[in-house]
Amino acid sequence: MFNLETFVDLPLVWYGLIASAIFLYVLLDGFDLGIGILFPFAPSDKCRDRMMGSVAPFWDGNETWLVLGGGGLFAAFPLAYAILMPAFYMPVIIMLLGLILRGVSFEFRFKAHGPSRRLWDHTFHFGSLAATFAQGTILGGFVQGVSVQGRAFSGEPLAWLSAFSVMTGLALVFGYALLGAAWLIMKTEDITQDWARRCAVYLIGYVAFFMVLVSIGMPIMNPQIRALWFSLPNFFYLQIMPLSCVVLLILLWRDLHRNHENRPFFLVQGVFLMNYIGLGVSMWPWLVPFEVTFRQAAAAPESQSLLIVGTVILLPVILGYTAYCYYIFRGKSSHDIHY
Amino acid sequence: MPGDRTCCLTLNDSEQEMFDHLDPTLLARIQFAFTVSFHILFPAFTIGLASWLAVVEWRWLRTGNPLYREIYRMWVKIFAVTFGMGVVSGVVLSYQFGTNWSVFSDRAGNILGPLLGYEVLTAFFLEASFLGVMLFGWQRVSPRMHFAATIIVAAGTLISAFWILSANSWMQTPRGFRIGADGLFYPTDWIDIIFNPSFPHRFAHMTIAAYLTTAFVVGGVGAFYLLRKQFVRHARIMFGMAMLMAVFVAPTQLLVGDMHGLNTLEHQPVKVSAMEGLWDTQRGAPLVLFGWPDENAEETRYAIELPKMSSLILTHSLDGEVKGLKDWPREERPPVLWVFWSFRIMVGLGMLMILTGLFATVLHFKKRLFETRWFQIWCMALTPSGFIAVLAGWFVTEIGRQPYIVSNVMRTSEAVSPVGGIQVGLSLLAFVAVYLLVFGAGVYYIIGLIRKGPEVQTSAESDDRGAGRPALVGRLASE
Repeated sequence: MFNLETFVDLPLVWYGLIASAIFLYVLLDGFDLGIGILFPFAPSDKCRDRMMGSVAPFWDGNETWLVLGGGGLFAAFPLAYAILMPAFYMPVIIMLLGLILRGVSFEFRFKAHGPSRRLWDHTFHFGSLAATFAQGTILGGFVQGVSVQGRAFSGEPLAWLSAFSVMTGLALVFGYALLGAAWLIMKTEDITQDWARRCAVYLIGYVAFFMVLVSIGMPIMNPQIRALWFSLPNFFYLQIMPLSCVVLLILLWRDLHRNHENRPFFLVQGVFLMNYIGLGVSMWPWLVPFEVTFRQAAAAPESQSLLIVGTVILLPVILGYTAYCYYIFRGKSSHDIHY
Repeated sequence: MPGDRTCCLTLNDSEQEMFDHLDPTLLARIQFAFTVSFHILFPAFTIGLASWLAVVEWRWLRTGNPLYREIYRMWVKIFAVTFGMGVVSGVVLSYQFGTNWSVFSDRAGNILGPLLGYEVLTAFFLEASFLGVMLFGWQRVSPRMHFAATIIVAAGTLISAFWILSANSWMQTPRGFRIGADGLFYPTDWIDIIFNPSFPHRFAHMTIAAYLTTAFVVGGVGAFYLLRKQFVRHARIMFGMAMLMAVFVAPTQLLVGDMHGLNTLEHQPVKVSAMEGLWDTQRGAPLVLFGWPDENAEETRYAIELPKMSSLILTHSLDGEVKGLKDWPREERPPVLWVFWSFRIMVGLGMLMILTGLFATVLHFKKRLFETRWFQIWCMALTPSGFIAVLAGWFVTEIGRQPYIVSNVMRTSEAVSPVGGIQVGLSLLAFVAVYLLVFGAGVYYIIGLIRKGPEVQTSAESDDRGAGRPALVGRLASE
């Protein structure tokens, strides 16, 4: 049977692919959800129209990276998928419901007139907020560890809920909001852009604050992580990450006060990237912390082989036409984005 | 102590009993059935609609007739709403395999994971990205590129159907795998897995069903306009195209359905026996038109039968042997009542669709296709026929597969996640509430779009004139 085991370290490659898919999701849907989070604070209804219009052509493609992340996890690491989904049952359900409300708000808000429009303003906001908060709590629960017995989740229904996971939920809300604000700076003008700048300046403080909390919290909670980050010579290599975050945030602060339009978005992405890598370093090699490694959760090599062939060919194609679609809608988002 | 309410958080005996009766497996089944039933309604419509939009846009580019553009602009709005609902309900399903059916996901992940992975890679991204161009890219790309986007989205819907039906068909007729010592399924032959015995039939049957669903919606809307003498020129195009589908594709579906049935007879005979409501193995088995299968008594009550017809259809011989449900032990049989009646609803609606095609042919030769009032009312009544038939058909195939989640290999009851009844109960309630709100609103807005009709930008004179078409194309394309 077709099997690439001997040529490629399949589980390792897949670990990287899933991690990348999830990261791309965070970057791309992050700003979509961020716009939803910021929605009610916009200065006017027209601003809200432009905010929605700036992401309307993209939200569906962006959300598809979540399906790739989940579906990819199912395909490449079915044991991890089978343990993690029940472990995070309530937050996953809340996330799904939030995404439903967010998604249909795009279509329905266009169609609605008068008072019913307000309904879809609210569903857009609260859907985005719920989905984001749920994702953040999953993250917080994930890094604290999952109880496993045999091949199944063996913990309590509310194991995912803790002070730390509530905090990471909030952290992600502010993080996505910052991404959303940076996107708006890039894609809108005038009042909307000015307001987005003010939001971003305000949000930097919170994002920095939460980053500090997470960076302190994780080593305190977990001795292995503490040993990893604070032993020599690791300490010097790994501190590059928090330090670059500080640099990026300072650059961001300055950019916001200097009317840079495009760089802020990429700086925020850089901050997310550094945090994500730091998370990856801490969580290595666990896929179900701290019970199942990615190698233990890997699907059969035949299965990972079949899918990797297609992935290697198709991912660049997907990235290509995704970039093409962003290119088609380049520049400032027009006022009247409707069909 | 029973009834002792020392703390509000402890349950007394009867409350505990109530919660103990919240069977997590039953709740998980209901939740999956609910979410997947809602979901299937959307692609059942958008698969056909995407292809039809491609045809309509092609006609617009070929003929320059602005009616086609106006029809496109109207229906693409309906497409957008429906597609969006399909996407968000689909995401739910991709995570529900894990949340509620984790044992199934663990055991069958090696097989089904890659199939679903390919669905995401080859179809979902394609549809999602180019949908944006289709909806918002009019002014940003050439008419050719826009047409390409429409075709790409249509192709995406079909590719998606390919993979998901392959996965579902494998659950019905599993091949190309072995069971490891750890109880997990391992692939041994991908061609056998993907092109398993029931896949070609089910793919054809579902795709045609999707096209027919769309045809009867478009036809029903066309009939609505004709009846009210609104947008008559557009309605003639819509209605005419829909009737072509009814005339040629509905009978084709009967043939494909029959072949599908024979394939099911070969690989899942107990499902066919349930569909037929036949309990005793016999030669010259009757076709039970209506009746009430009674699982306890193991008979079909109040049966109205056509003698020997079941044998004829299933074995192509009046005296062929057809197996009855009693040939299988009770724990191997699906819920007969559901399967029996869903099948009849589906076939009944299919017959009505074929009848519609017959009426249309007769009226066409009498040159009264667009003027016959009772036929317009008939077509309006059949607007939801495809949706009901698709749902009924899926009930037949999925309930008919029970008690197995993977036929003859894994039972549904073994597949459930270790998630408590309260959690599943809560999530089920949440899904019901959100789906009713969201999809109710969606239907409301779609009806609003239908009532509003196409935005007519050309006057009757310039449309009839025909000449000056290039100028028309140039002017409208640059809008």
